[in-house]
Amino acid sequence: MTESATHRTIEAVFRIESAKLIARLTRIVRDVGVAEELAQDALVLALERWPTDGVPDNPAAWLMTTAKNRAIDRVRRHKLVERKHEEIGHDPELQPETPDLATVLDDDVGDDLLRLMFTACHPVLAPEARVALTLRLIGGLSTPEIARAFLVPEATVAQRIVRAKKTLAEANVPFEVPRGPELAERLASVLAVIYLVFNEGYSATAGEDWMRPELCEDALRLGRILAGLMPDQSEVHGLVALMEIQASRSRARLGPTGEPVLLLEQNRTRWDALLIRRGLAALARTEQLGGERGPYALQAALAACHARARTAADTDWIRIAALYATLAEVVPSPIVQLNRAVALGMAEGPAAGLALVDQIVDEPALASYHLLPAVRGDLLSKLGRFSEARQELERAAGLTNNARERALLLERAAACGSVPPIVR
Amino acid sequence: MRVMVIVKATKDSEAGLQPTDQALSEMTKFNEDLVKAGVMLDGAGLTPSSAGARVMFNGPKRTVVDGPFAETKELIAGFWIWQVKSLAEAVEWVKRCPNPMPTESEIEIRPLFEMTDFADASPETIARNQKLERDLHRA
Repeated sequence: MTESATHRTIEAVFRIESAKLIARLTRIVRDVGVAEELAQDALVLALERWPTDGVPDNPAAWLMTTAKNRAIDRVRRHKLVERKHEEIGHDPELQPETPDLATVLDDDVGDDLLRLMFTACHPVLAPEARVALTLRLIGGLSTPEIARAFLVPEATVAQRIVRAKKTLAEANVPFEVPRGPELAERLASVLAVIYLVFNEGYSATAGEDWMRPELCEDALRLGRILAGLMPDQSEVHGLVALMEIQASRSRARLGPTGEPVLLLEQNRTRWDALLIRRGLAALARTEQLGGERGPYALQAALAACHARARTAADTDWIRIAALYATLAEVVPSPIVQLNRAVALGMAEGPAAGLALVDQIVDEPALASYHLLPAVRGDLLSKLGRFSEARQELERAAGLTNNARERALLLERAAACGSVPPIVR
Repeated sequence: MRVMVIVKATKDSEAGLQPTDQALSEMTKFNEDLVKAGVMLDGAGLTPSSAGARVMFNGPKRTVVDGPFAETKELIAGFWIWQVKSLAEAVEWVKRCPNPMPTESEIEIRPLFEMTDFADASPETIARNQKLERDLHRA
């Protein structure tokens, strides 16, 4: 094997193993920062040795053994220091609990991976720190990759990660999966982090590109891993279903020159049938588990309505409007109402949609939300009220930060009045 | 990237020989690992070629040939669709796969074309391809 081939192998093995390594090491040393360093040390050692000694038969086991031995050495060294401290009068009660190292060596690493996910998404951290730490520790992304994905300077991401690790250590966050009533709340935080990553890839909030598909794939992978680790949690499958179905449209969402194509105008033959099938299966699993009223499950059910319609004209808008009404009960939000207005506009006509939009038009939460004037403009245009429609669409264009979306909105504004309402 | 991972046929698979309980359990474990890693999207085992058929094309002519087919090593006994970051990652996963056959066997990895593979194509070419796909679908 050439040296570059060996490096590719090491990189691939590390991509597969790094999250498990960090998870298991955290269990031993009880500090994600130290665990990540130890995992990196093992990687460096592999990069030194494998090109000359050859790649071991079981490279994953080699990495794990190497890293674990170093972690155990480290824990023993610390214990020795602690014991010396005790001798000069330190209170042994203050010693942190150390796990039984022998048991750590054998049990399922999946449990540790799950603990790592909950730790990286701990509410003691700011949301952007949860995202950075999750992508770094579980997603296996490098700091420059995370910085590129979120269009922030590398130094910012690096600092976020360092601070996050410090915060976790200082807060003495236990390395565990919460139980009882706490679980639902903490799981919601994990799911929110994954969906945030997905959304940043699916409809980039800033920059020139409308989508960053790699980020969607990273989020999907995290979701699928979580579904494998928590197969009985309905909302995990709900989130996975939602992401699979949304991702199925990736190819159809971009026009020939990279401009966005809206859902109803997409070429459905370009939707990814495999992802749709997976999404519908995950949704069915959610329903089997009795979770159909979960916020992600409801959004997945909405996405599934579109996925099941062979053409835009076949869309079951009545069911969509009903699902939005349920979603509005479960998670009251003006944005859900706005979507419900769109569905009502399709199910019962633009006047019904506009009546609902006009109820939420003064919502402070929507004051700078570009889709409010975009939707209102669309409904007005369907009612033939073109000059009002143009004004709303132009206002929407002024509110979005995405260059592609702005162009699309201005195009629609300019088209107002040039299309006879009967054709719309 | 997405890859198709192809398990090549052997005399045994073509004879319809079922895997032993142990082989099945090892493969199930491997599949579980793939799912838990968020790698596996799809997969299936195929029946022997004796249960299949081929359609040969020659200009406007279509000739149907029923299985079995002779060149065993070129046949497919099963496949997976995986989502991976690189071909090297797929190779590492395949190395962990238990031998799918009781004898010597082979697994082939083939990346699927993705939208980004056509990044160099002109917008006109992409638009023509999209139109072609639409027309093909309607036909």
